Amino acid sequence: MKEIILIKNGELVLKGLNRSTFESMLMKTIRRRLHDLGKVSIRSAQSTIYIEPVDEEFDFEEACERVRKIFGIAAFSRCAALNKDMKEILSVTPSYVSSALSNAKTFKVIAKRSDKAFPFTSPEIAREVGGAILSKMPHLKVDVNSPDITVLVEIRDYAAYVHAGQIQGAGGLPVGTGGKATILISGGIDSPVAAYRMAKRGLILNAVHFASPPYTGPLAEKKVKTLLSKVAVYSGDIRLGIVPFTQIQEAIAENCKEEYFTLIMRRMMMRIAERIAMDTGSKALITGESLGQVASQTLPALAVTDVVTKEIPVLRPLIGMDKEEIITISRKIDAFETSILPYEDCCTVFTPKHPRTRPTLEECAKAEEVFDFEPLIEKAINETVYSRITKDGEA
Amino acid sequence: MVYLDNSATTKPCLEVISAVNNSLQNCWGNPSSSYDLGITAMDNLENSRKVIADFIGAKTDEIIFTSGGTEANNTAIFGVSEYSKRKGKKIITSSIEHPSVLEPLKQLESRGFNIVYLTPDKDGKISVDDFKKEIDGETILVSLMLVNNEIGSIQPIFEISKIIKEKNSPALLHCDAVQGFGKLPIKVSKLGVDLLSASGHKIHGPKGIGFLYKSSSVKIPPFIFGGGQESGMRSGTENMPLISGLSAAVKALPDLSKTVEEMKILKEYAIERLSNTGLVSFNSPVNSLPYIINISVDKYKSEPLMNALAARGIYVSKGSACAKGHRSYVLSAIGLDTDRIDSALRISFSRYTKTEDIDILCNALSEITAKMRRFKK
Repeated sequence: MKEIILIKNGELVLKGLNRSTFESMLMKTIRRRLHDLGKVSIRSAQSTIYIEPVDEEFDFEEACERVRKIFGIAAFSRCAALNKDMKEILSVTPSYVSSALSNAKTFKVIAKRSDKAFPFTSPEIAREVGGAILSKMPHLKVDVNSPDITVLVEIRDYAAYVHAGQIQGAGGLPVGTGGKATILISGGIDSPVAAYRMAKRGLILNAVHFASPPYTGPLAEKKVKTLLSKVAVYSGDIRLGIVPFTQIQEAIAENCKEEYFTLIMRRMMMRIAERIAMDTGSKALITGESLGQVASQTLPALAVTDVVTKEIPVLRPLIGMDKEEIITISRKIDAFETSILPYEDCCTVFTPKHPRTRPTLEECAKAEEVFDFEPLIEKAINETVYSRITKDGEA
Repeated sequence: MVYLDNSATTKPCLEVISAVNNSLQNCWGNPSSSYDLGITAMDNLENSRKVIADFIGAKTDEIIFTSGGTEANNTAIFGVSEYSKRKGKKIITSSIEHPSVLEPLKQLESRGFNIVYLTPDKDGKISVDDFKKEIDGETILVSLMLVNNEIGSIQPIFEISKIIKEKNSPALLHCDAVQGFGKLPIKVSKLGVDLLSASGHKIHGPKGIGFLYKSSSVKIPPFIFGGGQESGMRSGTENMPLISGLSAAVKALPDLSKTVEEMKILKEYAIERLSNTGLVSFNSPVNSLPYIINISVDKYKSEPLMNALAARGIYVSKGSACAKGHRSYVLSAIGLDTDRIDSALRISFSRYTKTEDIDILCNALSEITAKMRRFKK
């Protein structure tokens, strides 16, 4: 018996005008994510995407796992693909759905016949299949109003498909439908979650990370790459730029008032990130900021850092979330254990004793203008090192 | 390269490399085979065993080769707890043991054993009087380390062994000697221990090899069962390349009583140089093993300092390599505050360390902190 994955039109998140663009983006993503699992046919027909293994080597279990993580799919079905032969349908269906029904008390069968040449009507098919299931699992009862499990039998153009309920997908919008954005990633808990949330809204991700060698070590960079690889399971490949930030930090420490150290540092990061983002085709920046979490994430502090980005918006998907909510998602995407590895990053290596929590823009700008940072910013951008992060790590 | 992290591991010496190589290339027979290839391997095995036994004043049948210190500790602790469980359920240890002792004991605690953790004083030494109060007829095992891996404090193992005898306790004395073996002259009879664990890679030998000394009067069940190698105490085809490497490492050791004196001079030099930087407070006690100095560098965090030193090819460890990421329980047990713990570095020497290495370290520390100072204000 052959199993296939069906993603039906109604299960695609977005309908309406953009549907065809969305669907073709989604098809591309599905192809890219499954191509290394073996020969597979992925086609769209009758408002349904069919994912059908072509050779026996194809890793179907892994394919289902991966489809579950593709944005733009709210739900999908894993079905048995059978010949359009009533005998075969009746003999295979009970055992195929038995594990799904083993913990159920009630069920019903729905049959859909889009191929009207099939010699049985939908009610006939439903009744026959229901009977076959009952005779194999006598503990079950039929309940047409609110069954525990619904078994679906679909007679389509080329085959009959049987399944026992939908599997929840990742939701969101197909990656790429929203354009590209650049996440500022530190290595903490928040930024990978922010990246995941925005990829879910259809964005392709780039990333920038600020490193302070020699004070931050190779393990801190490795950690960031591992975190991005966890996000890449959902978002697809991510281009990462590692910005050497030490000289700028040293210049801030040497020239600016200590209480503004963190804010000026963040302003420098935003400036650099915006320029790298625009050079690489991003239409927005993404940060993991959450209101009030630390001194640099109060409203006055955000106001001071927000003004330096002039051309593109800054997306802050976590701004209204509690730490616990963020951690729940971090665990879900398997990033949490990596996030809590205790390596110092560029923000923790140098921390002022008394950061300002109610800064004004004037004060901050004044503390900053004592030094011409532009040459150092340019140098940092020029010396940024790029790599590509896939779900398996650095490519 | 200036390698000052010799308590984490040591660079294999040339004698070791050639012994491992020779075993792999020329003596790869199975010691259990009864033809010439196997017999040669068996001869090598028994010669290696004799080298180790002679070195610590034991009989050859008292040496059990293991995969390292961790397995030796597990074998000793679980073995004694199994064999003596009818005599009592009390085990005495210290709160600053290595995880390969503390974790097995935690397991035993969950199986109903009563584990007493002695707290060290500010010098990292447990009190003999505290021990006297705890040791009794119910105690079946005392497990104490010879040298602490983070601060180098040395425990009074021989005094402890005397007290066990005076009090007529049935307790067996196990000593985790991983950090002291090959550095302090060790004779098992002079230490008064029943069981002793040691490892190869702390003395320029290979990783993955160590041994458990088990006095022939001690009966414990094995930890790993199988084909009955190592007199049934540790099954599995003998790891001949690494056993040969371990014995080569022991043979290559210099006269330890002389080396200890040289290392003391080196340590004095290091303390003086480090003090002169004006940056350092010392976490190791005065009379610690001369191979280990634990320091805190003003209020600079350990990790950036360690990274900046490594970028210059100078290798030290932050806190303890085994306590990766967690605030050191050893440093907090000797009463240091968190600021001091968070800025702790462990500098550990080998017999190959030179005074110039210490000069390079001290100069680098001064330069790096001068740069970082601006962030401190």
